[in-house]
Amino acid sequence: MSYLDHAATTPMLPEALDAFVAAARAVGNASSLHAPGRQARRRVEESREQIADALTARPSEVIFTGGGTESDNLATKGIFWARRAADPRRNRVVASSVEHHAVLDAVTWLERHEGAAVTWLPVSRSGRVSAADFAEAVSGDDVAVATVMWANNEVGTLQPVPELAALAASAGVPFHTDAVQAVGQVPVDFAASGAAALTVSGHKIGGPIGVGALLLGREVECTPLLHGGGQERDVRSGTLDVPGIVALAVAVELSVKTQRETAERIGRLRDDLVARVHAAVPGAILNGDPTGRLPGNAHFSFPGCEGDALLLLLDAQGIACSTGSACSAGVAQPSHVLIAMGAGDAEARSSLRFTLGHTSTVSDVDALVAALPGAVERARRAGAVKSR
Amino acid sequence: MSGGVDSAVAAARAAEAGHDVTGVHLALARNPQTYRSGARGCCTLEDARDARRAADVIGIPFYVWDMAEQFHESVVDDFVAEYAAGRTPNPCLRCNEKIKFEAVLDRAVALGFDAVVTGHHARLGADGLLRRSVDYGKDQSYVLAVLTAAQLSRAMFPLGDSTKALVRAEAASRGLAVADKPDSHDICFIADGDTRKFLADRLGSQPGDIVEATTGAVVGQHAGAYAYTVGQRRGLDLRISAPDRNPRYVLSITPSTNTVTVGPASALEVSTVVGTRPIWHSSDFSVECSVQLRAHGSVFPASVAFDGSSLVASLASPARGVATGQAMVCYQPSPDGDIVLGSATISETS
Repeated sequence: MSYLDHAATTPMLPEALDAFVAAARAVGNASSLHAPGRQARRRVEESREQIADALTARPSEVIFTGGGTESDNLATKGIFWARRAADPRRNRVVASSVEHHAVLDAVTWLERHEGAAVTWLPVSRSGRVSAADFAEAVSGDDVAVATVMWANNEVGTLQPVPELAALAASAGVPFHTDAVQAVGQVPVDFAASGAAALTVSGHKIGGPIGVGALLLGREVECTPLLHGGGQERDVRSGTLDVPGIVALAVAVELSVKTQRETAERIGRLRDDLVARVHAAVPGAILNGDPTGRLPGNAHFSFPGCEGDALLLLLDAQGIACSTGSACSAGVAQPSHVLIAMGAGDAEARSSLRFTLGHTSTVSDVDALVAALPGAVERARRAGAVKSR
Repeated sequence: MSGGVDSAVAAARAAEAGHDVTGVHLALARNPQTYRSGARGCCTLEDARDARRAADVIGIPFYVWDMAEQFHESVVDDFVAEYAAGRTPNPCLRCNEKIKFEAVLDRAVALGFDAVVTGHHARLGADGLLRRSVDYGKDQSYVLAVLTAAQLSRAMFPLGDSTKALVRAEAASRGLAVADKPDSHDICFIADGDTRKFLADRLGSQPGDIVEATTGAVVGQHAGAYAYTVGQRRGLDLRISAPDRNPRYVLSITPSTNTVTVGPASALEVSTVVGTRPIWHSSDFSVECSVQLRAHGSVFPASVAFDGSSLVASLASPARGVATGQAMVCYQPSPDGDIVLGSATISETS
């Protein structure tokens, strides 16, 4: 099998898996006062320090969550609620139009159920938010929170996060960034970024699924989503997932430590993939920013094809890739990211994402390039049938 | 794979026979919540999940294909237009003709597949002839008779030799959770089963007269002639009863004057049925056979003539309540399952 869907989830790092299993063998609730409890708590706090160290945050700024979606919801809703509670005029959310659904739908929920006003920031043809648009959007005194992802999960485009965070800070607006795809692929430094909150997910970096963190500045007020034991700074409740947290910390530490060499290696592999796809399939269009993108991301439109037909054909040949998002029934949807970038419906439906990660090799690219022309030809025939 | 028991077992049998099988669930609803829910329909999230689980158990790849647009154009819009024209369409038949064995088949063939396998209860042998299922009560050859020889040559119906009871038992022994899922009934795209309301929402209120055929007298009012079907007795709400006190039935619907004509049961009798858009598989253009004039309806011995553009059936004994828009399907009786000779859409009766 050629696994070219690392942005969906990437295999666990052996070190993270070992750490997970070892921690899972031990008993102990990190909130318990006895020795096994203290031992569990110690593992959690060491993990917190490891993550803080790797991403340049203070340990107290690391809030463990159940994953990227929870972190995004907590940041957008929690900061919105807290800021509006402090000043009812603050009723606006500023968000890019290419956010992951975990932000997009959380913000849309605030709009529908909390009466929030939303400024959706447009993006360029390559998927980038303009600093001027952002500055304008956060200039009003009604902005509760602004959120722009570090790197786009579909097309891989990087956003100018430190620049946007600085603009938000000078406007007095807390800035959240979803860095789920960025950690381990590009340098991520929480303190230097100037962000008030930053989302990290475990399973995109070689950690387990179902654990993540929100880096939340100490001074940033955030209303909890989950109420209960108040384990995480009273911002997040729930028994701490010790094995998940331990493995997350190992994955963060290792992926950050090896980020530069990983980026160079998979970046070269990705450049090779892009060049060979262009050669094998004339007319293929690379979406996203040609240079300012994640090293592991290659995202194409194949005019005349439907992405889901290509996916089926490649899947049948053992090549795993992605069309972007699907609804709960499993129907491929035209990507809101590509639509925001100015693509038409047909172009958006013709796209396919290949993402590389720590286990990718040139044989994965070889397999793709061997299978792709035939698949494209068949998918074009199927596309022609449909438009008849 | 609808998420029901038949398509699950059909897929399992095809895979077991050594074919390279891929499961496909059709998303037909623009908004899944508006379609029949749970076990009773074929288009819901729950059904998609059931189909996916069946594919997992069988061990085949599974995808959802979005056919909502084609389904609405070819089936739902056609359904409404046919009623508006005073006819009584069969949407399941149209779905087989335009979706399963056209849109899906064409796409599948373009992608490199050889055939579409469905869980329909009908037999399709090596001779390419379509026959009734061994389970006469579950037979679906009527809604497949619209398929051309070319479509049938790329169709597989692995269940035709099995009764429904046997299919359910096999599903259970294969560990398919849908083994005892209730059969689907009614029309999948009408959420509450209220066809009249569904049509009224799309065609609006069109009040008009209900007229007695023999006297021409106005005997009642209706809110839209489209809501009636030839042969219908219930729901007429007539204010003036017939002179002979016998029940009255809908005899015809006339969209041009928005009139529903009613009369006695005897006036429903027809001996000649004409159909358009014919499919004809026999080399004889004039045959003695049996004709079926509605889904699950009885069969009538008839002489049928095919002239290239229509089918004309002369019935040996009169049939009642034959609605235009339904299919006339001609069968040649056979001990191995009655053979479908051809079909047509009923356009005229007399």
